[in-house]
Amino acid sequence: MNKKNGNPMLQVEDIHITFGILKALNGVSLEIHKGEILAIIGPNGAGKTSLVNVINGVYHPSRGHIFFEDKDLTTLSHHHIASLGIARTFQNVALFKGMTVLDNIMVGRNLKMGSNFFSQGIYWGFAQKEEIRHRQEVERVIDWLEIEHIRKTPAGMLPYGLQKRVELGRALAAEPKLLLLDEPMAGMNLEEKEDIARFILDANEELGTTIALIEHDMGVVMDISDRVVVLDYGDKIGEGTPEEIRNNEKVIKAYLGTARQK
Amino acid sequence: MIYRECGVFKANYRADMAIFPIPLDRWGVIIILFIAFVVVPFSASDYWLSSILIPFLVFSLAALGLNFLTGYAGQLSIGHAAFMAVGAYISLILYGRYEVPLLLSLLGGGLVTAAVGAVFGIPSLRIKGFYLAVSTLAAQFIIQWVLTHWEWISGGVFGTVDTPPMQVFGWPIDTPVKKYYLVLSVVVPLTIFGKNIVRGQLGRAWMAIRDMDVAAEIIGISLFWNKLLAFTVSSFYAGVAGGLITFTYYGAANIEAFNIMVSFHLLGMIIIGGMGSVLGSFFGGGFITLLPIFINQFAHAFGTVLKTDLLACLELILFGGLIIFFLIVEPYGLARLWRTGKDKLRLWPFPY
Ligand SMILES: Nc1ncnc2c1ncn2[C@@H]1O[C@H](COP(=O)(O)OP(=O)(O)OP(=O)(O)O)[C@@H](O)[C@H]1O
Ligand SMILES: [Mg+2]
Repeated sequence: MNKKNGNPMLQVEDIHITFGILKALNGVSLEIHKGEILAIIGPNGAGKTSLVNVINGVYHPSRGHIFFEDKDLTTLSHHHIASLGIARTFQNVALFKGMTVLDNIMVGRNLKMGSNFFSQGIYWGFAQKEEIRHRQEVERVIDWLEIEHIRKTPAGMLPYGLQKRVELGRALAAEPKLLLLDEPMAGMNLEEKEDIARFILDANEELGTTIALIEHDMGVVMDISDRVVVLDYGDKIGEGTPEEIRNNEKVIKAYLGTARQK
Repeated sequence: MIYRECGVFKANYRADMAIFPIPLDRWGVIIILFIAFVVVPFSASDYWLSSILIPFLVFSLAALGLNFLTGYAGQLSIGHAAFMAVGAYISLILYGRYEVPLLLSLLGGGLVTAAVGAVFGIPSLRIKGFYLAVSTLAAQFIIQWVLTHWEWISGGVFGTVDTPPMQVFGWPIDTPVKKYYLVLSVVVPLTIFGKNIVRGQLGRAWMAIRDMDVAAEIIGISLFWNKLLAFTVSSFYAGVAGGLITFTYYGAANIEAFNIMVSFHLLGMIIIGGMGSVLGSFFGGGFITLLPIFINQFAHAFGTVLKTDLLACLELILFGGLIIFFLIVEPYGLARLWRTGKDKLRLWPFPY
């Protein structure tokens, strides 16, 4: 095992995932270190989302292992993995559309709440104190993401950009150790992207959250990430600092060979 | 400047999280409770109390139970009346045969129903939507069959169990007013309890499962426990309502009072009243209870007296039509219309 600067927070070892005959991930290994922002890039269909899905237990790999803080996640349920401190957002927004923004973010704290059924029903004592305490935390997230004005709006009624922001809030409300973001800025305009980039940097610096993010916008990737991992057709074809990646022959070829993204 | 949110600044989250955040709402509830507990018993006729208000309250309670399951947790049940039947028979047997005090009998009926509901909730862990609906339909028929054929319960095939005279703490419950008070004192606390549940952690978990179960699970919401709990709590309310309606309205437990049509009525109540709304359950309960009376009065106004079969037929047609209307035009039912009206009022006369 890699012992460079202590064990990494997350180790992905030789992961294989196949869908029928399609190899979505073909022996990918990588590490995520505590406190860093890691960007995962690659052309469409490279296997980025599959990688996130396998880390948080939506898919189980056919081969390989994943360790989080030295615990083997490979066979755990996603419920269990969430309780270890891994939160995520989805490429296609997965908010609870009929619930208000406030309730959506409150749900993010579900794992931290635990008053019993009767105490909740009577809403006295512990349940009430707990609800108020968590509400305060959630209000902090709401302030921070600058979404006070839509607090009581059903999430399904919001424009796409705001939905993505609320989903980020829901994930952050869980106070995860590791946050997996699947294209958090997709479909946003420049200003919105800058906002999200700032939130990600803030979460990383102020809350110490370790972040792995999938992103297509190379400008953003180069600006905010500490390290970059490049996937192509289920293989890892590059890894390094943004600077190294920019000059990596293989990466340039993969990108020029498929879509013409910068 | 009568009813509005602006100008009401909540100094802390406790205030914002009060059940009714606007003072007038709180006053509204206090006034409604005052009317329910003080004004109605002294002014309503016996007919109104025993034939309208009691079934209205009890069916609203049952609709609230169904709303937990269907409106909040998103699990369709079309066999809910069968759960009421379980509560009806069990509480009657506890009270009549084993001489358990009345309130405890109702509680016991609710608890047994909750257990039965949990068992019938198990398929929901595997199947969703249409298939789950069919399995709850099966629950209706299985329960009906068991209740009528198990001798310990009904004393033989198609048995009817009569209610013995009722007493609570030694007081006989023999007049419509007393029965009304009994109903009210069960329905009000259970409604407050339910309101607290749906706006707390459990209610949020239910709604999350309803809106997107995969995402809910990834956040760490256990589908297993929360769905099972939805069935359990929902059946408990149905069971208590079943016992209550038998004691205070029907006078005897009879399986026909809880047949599939009643299940449809309950569904109609939450569709018309409002899915995922506590208030909506009461709107729906009131609406469906009053519908035949409206029709009668309406016919009366035109100088005709409707025959009962025609009345029943008209009622069904209207009922079906209204359900279709609400599903298409206002899926959140009367409760949403009420909210929209309130929102208008809140800004009136200056919409900004
Ligand atoms: N559930 C699935 N069933 C079948 N094939 C799948 C499934 N999920 C992903 N795939 C396939 O696996 C490959 C990798 O998909 P993945 O979603 O991981 O790519 P991606 O890198 O996230 O792409 P994008 O940039 O478009 O989001 C694709 O060819 C995709 O079609
Ligand atoms: Mg993807």
